[in-house]
Amino acid sequence: MIPAGFEYHRPADLTSAIGILQEHGDEARVVAGGHSLIPMMKLRMAELGHLIDLQDIDAMKGIAVGGDTVTIGAMTTQHELIVHDGLGAALPILREAALQIADPQVRYVGTIGGNVANGDPGNDMPGLMQCLNARFDLTGPDGSRQVAARDFYEAAYFTAREDEEILTAIIIPIPAPGTGSAYIKQKRKIGDYATAAAAVLVGDGTASVAMTNLADTPIWSEAAGAALAAGDIDGCAAAMLGAIDPQEDMRGPVAFKKHVAAVVLRRAIDSALSRRS
Amino acid sequence: MSKMHVKFTLNGQDVEGLAEPRTLLIHFLRETLNVTGPHIGCETSHCGACTVDMDGKSVKSCTVFVGQADGRQITTVEGLTNADGSLGVIQEMFREHHGLQCGFCTPGMITRAHRLLQENPNPTEEEVRFGIAGNLCRCTGYQNIVKAILASAEQLNAMKEAAE
Repeated sequence: MIPAGFEYHRPADLTSAIGILQEHGDEARVVAGGHSLIPMMKLRMAELGHLIDLQDIDAMKGIAVGGDTVTIGAMTTQHELIVHDGLGAALPILREAALQIADPQVRYVGTIGGNVANGDPGNDMPGLMQCLNARFDLTGPDGSRQVAARDFYEAAYFTAREDEEILTAIIIPIPAPGTGSAYIKQKRKIGDYATAAAAVLVGDGTASVAMTNLADTPIWSEAAGAALAAGDIDGCAAAMLGAIDPQEDMRGPVAFKKHVAAVVLRRAIDSALSRRS
Repeated sequence: MSKMHVKFTLNGQDVEGLAEPRTLLIHFLRETLNVTGPHIGCETSHCGACTVDMDGKSVKSCTVFVGQADGRQITTVEGLTNADGSLGVIQEMFREHHGLQCGFCTPGMITRAHRLLQENPNPTEEEVRFGIAGNLCRCTGYQNIVKAILASAEQLNAMKEAAE
């Protein structure tokens, strides 16, 4: 379990980090918490010449709760999301989801930026970000641009981020007051990825629904959200089950995954409705 | 691959050494610094036997490169004894409540319990179980580990009260 050799870089600012990415092209990868990348390197499924550690870049840290949006630096850890005071009030679903990710040790170092940028269909935050209609800030040699979470995921591990770009921040609109939300995840054991997970927001005539690990990207279904907004829970579930595309793996056959998907979705809807005010 | 110079604080002492960048913190601790409290269990960031405290956070040192630890404050189970070398409170409670059988997971369990009780000095049983979810034990069934951590909380709080 020893990774192949690489050169280690710890730039002090974003410009230097992008410079190293430009210099070494696809030989270089950035690392945040490292709890997706380092295991892959140990298994030699990822080999790279240059590892760029982002831990010293202060501009990529912190949580700012504004009037309409919450901006979260990509290097913010899951633990920091859980213990932050204002975030729990503005976006309780974020804390609820973060508490269901991995285990305490992983949450201390695992970051929201790494979770959304990696493009792993098993990660929880991408589906949640699509449910919340978040935007990702990508900075590269030519400056910054924003991409909607709903447009970011192309296939497993393939995203709209260019090789020389770094995902620096996540901007999340705060749902209207009274909106109910819930994140429900079914997993085999602590630390596992979801067999199925559902993120649900439901407000006054509005709703948004996304699911995790049931296709090679997260699935946000406009039709499912519209049905739920109209109070049609069966229609919401039908639309979502039509949109997902689970594959058989060690978490079960396709029929089982569809069954679990329907169960967690209905639980999330019930919970979100009960929290609506 | 050339070696890099690494320096950090380990159990209150400054330590340094040379290591290839691909060296994992657990290997640097055990093989270069001869600090063998943290164990190598699964090596895949599941079991928690390699848990150390880094800048006030429990981390799995099998999933940290040594360069990432440069400049940090690291505590291992060796750093949780009393100044005179006798067992610290959590270590003593694990002994008293039989919170171990084979002992392999114990350094990670105690190091994790230390941080958990720093953050939450009065945990419920459920909070203890949730808080040690990243540490696997294949012997005890966890009952006595949970008892030991709850007893540690009680004793640490009593000592704190007595000091005030």
